[in-house]
Amino acid sequence: MTTFWIATLGTSAIAFALKYSGHSVPERWLSHPKIQRINALIPIALLSALVSVQSFTDKTALVIDQRIVGLAVAITALLLKAPFPIVVISAAVSSALVYNWF
Amino acid sequence: MSTRFSPTLRDSLSVSITVGAYGVAFGAAAVANGFSVLQACLLSLLTFSGASQFAVVGVIGAGGSSMSAIATASLLGTRNALYGVIMAPRLKVRGFKRIVAAQVTIDESTGVALGQEPRGIDAVKKGFWYTGFGVFIFWNLFTLAGALGAQAMGDVRSFGLDSAVPAAFLGLVWPRLTTRSERLLAIACAVFAVAVTPILPAGLPIIATAFIAIAVGLRR
Repeated sequence: MTTFWIATLGTSAIAFALKYSGHSVPERWLSHPKIQRINALIPIALLSALVSVQSFTDKTALVIDQRIVGLAVAITALLLKAPFPIVVISAAVSSALVYNWF
Repeated sequence: MSTRFSPTLRDSLSVSITVGAYGVAFGAAAVANGFSVLQACLLSLLTFSGASQFAVVGVIGAGGSSMSAIATASLLGTRNALYGVIMAPRLKVRGFKRIVAAQVTIDESTGVALGQEPRGIDAVKKGFWYTGFGVFIFWNLFTLAGALGAQAMGDVRSFGLDSAVPAAFLGLVWPRLTTRSERLLAIACAVFAVAVTPILPAGLPIIATAFIAIAVGLRR
């Protein structure tokens, strides 16, 4: 199996196991305030790391390229309270313009 | 509900269509990062959790191993377990229905369901099922559209897809940044992950930030 298949099927299996376990365990197991707090913080950490790694790296190298323009436009759009599709599309269009221009 | 939509159905449908449309971005991102159209569609059908799906394609796209991709996606999926804990006593379902309920337990179905609490427990259940099924249908249809679209593009950079993916991650994290300490955590993790990219194996810089989150969560 390729990396892609292992990632696809492995993620799917664990995703379902997590969802189903939540429906099956006693409520008190997961209702501890510290667990709730960590649960809210983990997505912030991982998603923020994904934003920067996807914007400024290529394999193991640090890179500044057209993607920084897309990121700046996305941040601007979010500060202006633009809806999600506008954020994504404006980032893509600005990055594509820079990439095709230079 | 007779001739007009009930308020619960209206809430569920508007969320389903809006969120489902993000599936275009996912389908395109998956193909842009080397996944096949079939794999993109299977991720949406089987994993069915936006942030986890984006994480898998993001980590693999950054050159990470399948194990680090699965670990990152699974850490993002832990919140669905907590949603299950919240929803189980409200839905009270067993057997096959519980399996279906688990699969559609995501941010949106839980969010809409809890938003219906002033309308009573019946509306809570309806909100969960309508939104769960609604997002499932639209998310999968739009994933297919996005994957086929990206496949037709060729060089994804000339269409800006390499920027669409981080912008999608940013759009997912932005609404979660409500306090100063959450914003600081976000910036710290973003800087940390890039800073250690040249020295750690691919994929690890991202998952390592989960430990920063755990440390912060334990301290306060």
